[in-house]
Amino acid sequence: MPGHLRNIGTLTPDEQKKIQKAKVCIVGCGGLGGYVVEMLARLGVGCLTVVDGDSFEESNLNRQILADTASLGRNKAITAQERVRLINPGVKVNAFSRYLSRDNSREILAGHDLVIDALDDIDTRFLLQETAEELNTVVVHAAVESWYGQVCTIFPGDRSLDRIYPNQRSLKKNYTNNSFTPALVAAIQVGEALKVLIGRGNILRKRVLYVDLLEQEYHFIELET
Amino acid sequence: MHVKLKLFASLRNGRFKEKTLDIKEGSTLIELLQQLGIEKEAVAILLVNGRDGEFRQELKEGDVVSVFPPLGGG
Repeated sequence: MPGHLRNIGTLTPDEQKKIQKAKVCIVGCGGLGGYVVEMLARLGVGCLTVVDGDSFEESNLNRQILADTASLGRNKAITAQERVRLINPGVKVNAFSRYLSRDNSREILAGHDLVIDALDDIDTRFLLQETAEELNTVVVHAAVESWYGQVCTIFPGDRSLDRIYPNQRSLKKNYTNNSFTPALVAAIQVGEALKVLIGRGNILRKRVLYVDLLEQEYHFIELET
Repeated sequence: MHVKLKLFASLRNGRFKEKTLDIKEGSTLIELLQQLGIEKEAVAILLVNGRDGEFRQELKEGDVVSVFPPLGGG
């Protein structure tokens, strides 16, 4: 569609066609996920599945691109679906207004070429890694907190979260955040997703990009296997 | 003996970015971290000389320890 003409150059026409046939599942439609959905829709990824059981509340307004005075109280996945339809009606978008759980994770994640981890709960991130491995699907992981963020692309069998969160199972926390860290980290996450889909470029496999926007530091941490 | 400790992100708050510390022979990583009030749960990626470190690992003269806290928000 004409809306994607300016993608050509970043993508070849064949790559553009390839992502138009791709199916990506975005789990979590909050700080990171809202931006990821926006960017994947504008890239023209053909089929998006958006997953979130939560609804927008006032405390989301400082950072979540889908949170505004009109969406307060509304489900995040449904709001993301509506946003995609506004940007690009050519994108097929499925919404699950439920949290990912052991009961539904296979059903929700099956049939996708790629899964985006935009969650804010570490236990659910592990469930996502486990289910994606069973389904032989790549996960692009990201997390943010305050001035800091991290991104890692996880192929089936890598189990990189085991190294990233070795002591954090069941850790429950309210994370502080801002408007700019999720936007930056989501952009890096989308770049990773795109490269996996087109099979080109250098990806963050078995290494983590750890970003510190306060000290302007960008660390690449090699993960041993 | 001396080891260099590098802290990242929020672990620097109220501490430091990088410091050479004089610790007693045979000290383990967890003992070093506990002296600084850093709990296990606050430690995500832990490296000794750029390789995966273990809490019970004994440190050696000249080791460089890097500690990254977990980030979990989305």
